Amino acid sequence: MTSDVETPDAPPQDERVKKISRFRKAMIRPELGAIAGTILVFMLFLAIARDTGMFSPQGVMTWSTVSAQFIIIAVGACLLMIAGEFDLSVGSMIGFAGIIIAITSVSWGWPVWLSIITAFILAMAIGALNGYLVIKTGLPSFIVTLAFLYILRGLTIFGAIATTRRTIIGGVREAAEGDWLAPLFGGTILTGLFQWLADIGLLETFTRGTRVGQPIVDGIPMLIVWALGLVVFGHILLTRTQFGNWIYASGGDARAARYVGVPVNRVKILMFMFTAFCATVFATAQVIEFGSAAADRGLLKEFEAIISVVIGGALLTGGYGSVVGAALGALIFGVVQQGLFFAGVESSLFRVFLGIILLLAVILNTYIRRIITGER
Amino acid sequence: MAAPLIEMRDIEKHFGSVIALGGVSLTVNAGEVHCLLGDNGAGKSTFIKTMSGVHKPNAGEMYMEGEKVVFDSARDAIDRGIATVYQDLAMIPLMSVTRNFFMGREPTKKIGPFRFIDFEEAHRITKEEMMKIGIDVRDPDQAVGTLSGGERQTVAIARAVHSGAKLLILDEPTSALGVRQTAMVLKYVNMVRERGLGVVFITHNVRHAMAVGDRFTVLNRGQTLGTAVRGEIEQDDLQNMMAGGQDLQDLSDETGDAE
Repeated sequence: MTSDVETPDAPPQDERVKKISRFRKAMIRPELGAIAGTILVFMLFLAIARDTGMFSPQGVMTWSTVSAQFIIIAVGACLLMIAGEFDLSVGSMIGFAGIIIAITSVSWGWPVWLSIITAFILAMAIGALNGYLVIKTGLPSFIVTLAFLYILRGLTIFGAIATTRRTIIGGVREAAEGDWLAPLFGGTILTGLFQWLADIGLLETFTRGTRVGQPIVDGIPMLIVWALGLVVFGHILLTRTQFGNWIYASGGDARAARYVGVPVNRVKILMFMFTAFCATVFATAQVIEFGSAAADRGLLKEFEAIISVVIGGALLTGGYGSVVGAALGALIFGVVQQGLFFAGVESSLFRVFLGIILLLAVILNTYIRRIITGER
Repeated sequence: MAAPLIEMRDIEKHFGSVIALGGVSLTVNAGEVHCLLGDNGAGKSTFIKTMSGVHKPNAGEMYMEGEKVVFDSARDAIDRGIATVYQDLAMIPLMSVTRNFFMGREPTKKIGPFRFIDFEEAHRITKEEMMKIGIDVRDPDQAVGTLSGGERQTVAIARAVHSGAKLLILDEPTSALGVRQTAMVLKYVNMVRERGLGVVFITHNVRHAMAVGDRFTVLNRGQTLGTAVRGEIEQDDLQNMMAGGQDLQDLSDETGDAE
């Protein structure tokens, strides 16, 4: 057959290829549910909480910051889940990394930048160990990381008490004074812009106290910058690069991927390390912001991360999902949590709502999976 | 005559006390389909896994184009041009046709300091290659799960061919397929042979083997029962051989193949 064969319009229809309607095609985008959910949630709160200050600059900053926290850990959990694994030790890792920073900087007097780097190295080493154990033993990551959920939490509490006789270690803010690395996690950016916005009257300013004339919202917290940065990084990595294709392949079918030469073990271990990295970003930002570390920080964060990812359209079985979806899932999470607070709804109802959303998301995802795999 | 594409000499493989392969030899020439037949448990899978670098043989030697080779991993075998298409593990259904087609060897282009998958190129090649084998993938971005079983096998084979493989090992590509889909795969195996590749076709269906095979080797309990050439053997004989019947000796005599 030569290339000058005519028929620019419609090659012969192949009856063996099933037609997929446009609607169904849109349906099988992993982010679709999360996009719809985000729009719904915002419409809901615009309707019921408009006058509560939720959408004032300060209110926006509150729920964006909370959402950013969820996003940071969700990006890690998302890539790991697409690679076919879970990490239940994320929450304990957050507590662990925070305490490491506090012990080394406050009790041992290390410079804060060295403490932060140490926390990252230790956390990522433990992430690698998680991955290594999962690969070598062939056990489900659920079990291996559940073990680390307890091991790390126990070590964290033990370490804190053994060195300082307390489970909350303060004084990090003083220690971080003048440090070059700490502002990367704790500061705000674009303060000049926000001051300018305040000066021209677009932003409210303090009218009393020591900060008269300064805007109430003084800039974008680094937490949000990290969240956006991680989403962009994760999204591009997953959808545009060779490594991203390997992440999908490792989670879609590890054996099939191995047979065509994809280094599945390396991919999975790296994703465990990336999840630990994200947990440490979260922990560091929290420690720098609060000026203290507590051994019980990060409780239940692993589940919140997984819930965000699932709401974002990823399949629990791996091989399918989207970082943007996970970020939207985290946004929904944060907005609903804060929005119910603004709307004055009993906060315990948040969990009821969360459970229902999770259930709906999983059901929708299962349906989507059937469509993709040809309803078998 | 040029050295065979691959020559397996007296391959032995033991798993603990079990002798899975007790000295199996086989050669495949370029442009030839060599069918490997045998009942379940005959050692077919072990043999091809040895050939594709998944298992290391306990004894025996392998030669590719006359040169001795030792594979430490599947990657080694792939790098030497041996591509294996497994029956149920050919494709990942949740991933797009393009992503599957280039899995493990994605075409990339550099933008700044970073390398990205060149999707334009990848989609174009995928569509072209699919057209060549008569599958009209309107949207190479659609998930492989939407393709039929036969199409998936065909795409997997096309992927191996496109990746520059010299030797294709097809592990029961037709055993889970219906009649029409089988025909589609067999037709494509024929095309692959015409392009000068060597093919090892594993099956326990004698009819499928007879349809495309140039030579036939029957394995039974880890031993070769003999190799026959197309035209010198009847379907029934092969069937009997596989079943371990007593016609074996006759066949060996007939083909002059030493045990």
